[in-house]
Amino acid sequence: MALKGLDIFKLTPKTNCKDCGSATCMAFSMKVAQGAVELSKCPHLSEEALAALGDATAPPMAKIALCTTCNMALGGETVLFRHEKTFVSKNLYAVSVCADCFDEKITEIKKIDYDRLGERMYVELLNLRYDRHEDKSADGKSYIELVKRSVDHNRAIILECDDPSVARAALEVCAQSQGTEPKAILNGANAENYDAMSKLATEFDAVLGVSGKNLNELYDTVSALEKLGNKNLVLDVGCVSVKDAFAGAVQIRRAALKDKNRTFGYPTLVNVGKLAPDNEYMQTALASVFTLKYGSIIVMENMTYPQALPLYGLRQNIFTDPQKPMKVEPGIYPLNGADENSICVTTVDFALTYFVVTGELERSGVPMNLLISDAGGFSVLTAWAAGKLSASSLAKFIKEHDVESKIKNRTLFIPGKVAVLKGEIEEALPGWTIIVAPGEAIESVKFFKELKV
Amino acid sequence: MAYKNEAQVFPSSINTLTIGIGDKAIAFGGENVLPLYTFDAPIEHRPKIGVAISDMGYIKGVPGIEKFYAGAENVIEMAKLAANMPGADFLVLCLDSANPNNGDKSIEECVDLVKKVLEAVDIPVAVEGCKNIEKDSRLLEKVAEAAQEGSDKNILILSAHEENYKAVATAAALAYGQNVTAESAVDINLAKQLNVLINVLGISPEKMMMNLGSAAAGYGFEYIASTIERVKMAALAQDDAMLKMPIITPVSSETWAVKESLASQEDYPEWGSAEARGVNMEVSTAAACLAAGSNAVILAHPDSVKTISELIDNLM
Repeated sequence: MALKGLDIFKLTPKTNCKDCGSATCMAFSMKVAQGAVELSKCPHLSEEALAALGDATAPPMAKIALCTTCNMALGGETVLFRHEKTFVSKNLYAVSVCADCFDEKITEIKKIDYDRLGERMYVELLNLRYDRHEDKSADGKSYIELVKRSVDHNRAIILECDDPSVARAALEVCAQSQGTEPKAILNGANAENYDAMSKLATEFDAVLGVSGKNLNELYDTVSALEKLGNKNLVLDVGCVSVKDAFAGAVQIRRAALKDKNRTFGYPTLVNVGKLAPDNEYMQTALASVFTLKYGSIIVMENMTYPQALPLYGLRQNIFTDPQKPMKVEPGIYPLNGADENSICVTTVDFALTYFVVTGELERSGVPMNLLISDAGGFSVLTAWAAGKLSASSLAKFIKEHDVESKIKNRTLFIPGKVAVLKGEIEEALPGWTIIVAPGEAIESVKFFKELKV
Repeated sequence: MAYKNEAQVFPSSINTLTIGIGDKAIAFGGENVLPLYTFDAPIEHRPKIGVAISDMGYIKGVPGIEKFYAGAENVIEMAKLAANMPGADFLVLCLDSANPNNGDKSIEECVDLVKKVLEAVDIPVAVEGCKNIEKDSRLLEKVAEAAQEGSDKNILILSAHEENYKAVATAAALAYGQNVTAESAVDINLAKQLNVLINVLGISPEKMMMNLGSAAAGYGFEYIASTIERVKMAALAQDDAMLKMPIITPVSSETWAVKESLASQEDYPEWGSAEARGVNMEVSTAAACLAAGSNAVILAHPDSVKTISELIDNLM
């Protein structure tokens, strides 16, 4: 049953103490009612109030924290579409490693580690698969060796293993090496072994991955695990077919968020490596589909740089807060090998403008210093209308970033859309020549190529 | 309590639009479920793939594309090859050279090429203008006329904009009976407004597609995804007749123009093969468009066409 904010408010202390992080008890109650904040954030609720509210206010989808210090979490979503409200937890990427391919893959994995708009892009997890039938040592020894080699690389570990005794040994290695963070994911519970696997996961404080032959079996196993008191779960959508995996990811999320069916209120895991083995492009396609539609962990066979560039860019786009513009850091960005004698060009710090403009400026091949001033993350015209891009804001930027001592050239190109600012900027920046560049980024390639300064 | 899928089948459905003729004709749209949700109800017309070729030639410097078109000496031969690309559902001929800043080829020359291409290929064809508003309004009228002449080819015209919809849409759909795409800039209200304006001219929504804008993955794609998702929701859940047209999204024109695809391996050695970057960018963006709700995507590289075609096979 969904509770209204007022029902919750009645049970709060009404002291407006702010200990929960909200300004007032009423504000807190409204957020809890929306599922945006957990009830436990208020330290002053009585036992009776908690009991009365507990189940009814629990968020529709569990949020599973893998690592609090490194800010890695799964799930906790409240909406199906990003235009309704912000998505909470971006999907994480895992790459499968094996005994024979470990060295080669870990080298490749570590190459992918870069910053995009302040977000670190890397492979967050390693997926280690145990197969009894391929186990040459027959007692899991080679698998444990693989676990030992994997734990030292600052990645969270997924143990894809349904054998409780091998899993125990593997979890012991993880616990010894990584402690409690990041949490290991033991992906191996099914209808037959869930009891033993759940005990193991609980003992080692690991997240338990659950799978089933189909959604019905998965649902029943999750129900059984919840009865055992384990709510630290990730649901594996399986690898029977692409169609089934997609149907699983969508139906699990939709059941939880639209139909308020809490049994499916857990993050999902999709192994696109298994769905399209040896097919890099298809894995990219599937990872993109599951980025939009409800994959929480996406397991790949590999993550090459050519795959990482679109996939991490797409993920960053989809998981941005629609109410918060994406911004780049204000500063001087030398392009095309620019030095202190190269011309200066300026635009705003709205990420989309920055990417489109730098792309075109780089295509022109002309060395130039791109000056990005703080324009509140707005586009050129919006920033201008809001007073965030003006002659004085530019003058302030040039002073604060000490541009005049860093760059000798005194020619500045301003966006064509704010040509109207030319006169004011000339007044605010004595000694500079101000030139109006084209209004559309795409026209700037030709403009700068043909430029004679 | 056992799990049961609460299927979301909507009482209204996306319009169905057919282009091409005879047994080679293809249909877009028609679904009454969210994109690719075949587990809720069958989707009769799977999403389609258009292969783009420009009258200025194919994308240069990409080995897979150059190899595919090797030996083709003119646009007509290229068109024939593109029409037979595995996974291609329709051909998209872009008349880039008509642009006043890009060759300014005469309308007569362009129309002559369109006629030859229409004769040369038997799969359905979409013809895109040169993206110059003024030139396109004259050019696309003549293209539509040429498509109707003789045996009507029932083509798709790209695109009618806010600034030239009267000329383009009237000529394409009313005067010469072809189909028209309404193109707007990543905003559900702008899209609806343009559709209403075109509808007021007397053009049936059944003759229209929508291009809601396009972007490469990482380049503000969230705006594209959310606009497409909102439009689909309005069409299905609110039965908004002015937003029920099938959606077509050009992908290759965006993805092959970003740094990730263009930068040479010499400049960015750690990034790996430029071609692999370009294809991954194209594939990722196209797959995301389909997941958001595009009924058709426009691609260029044979590997991308193959991959996305197989993806659709797997999901249907």
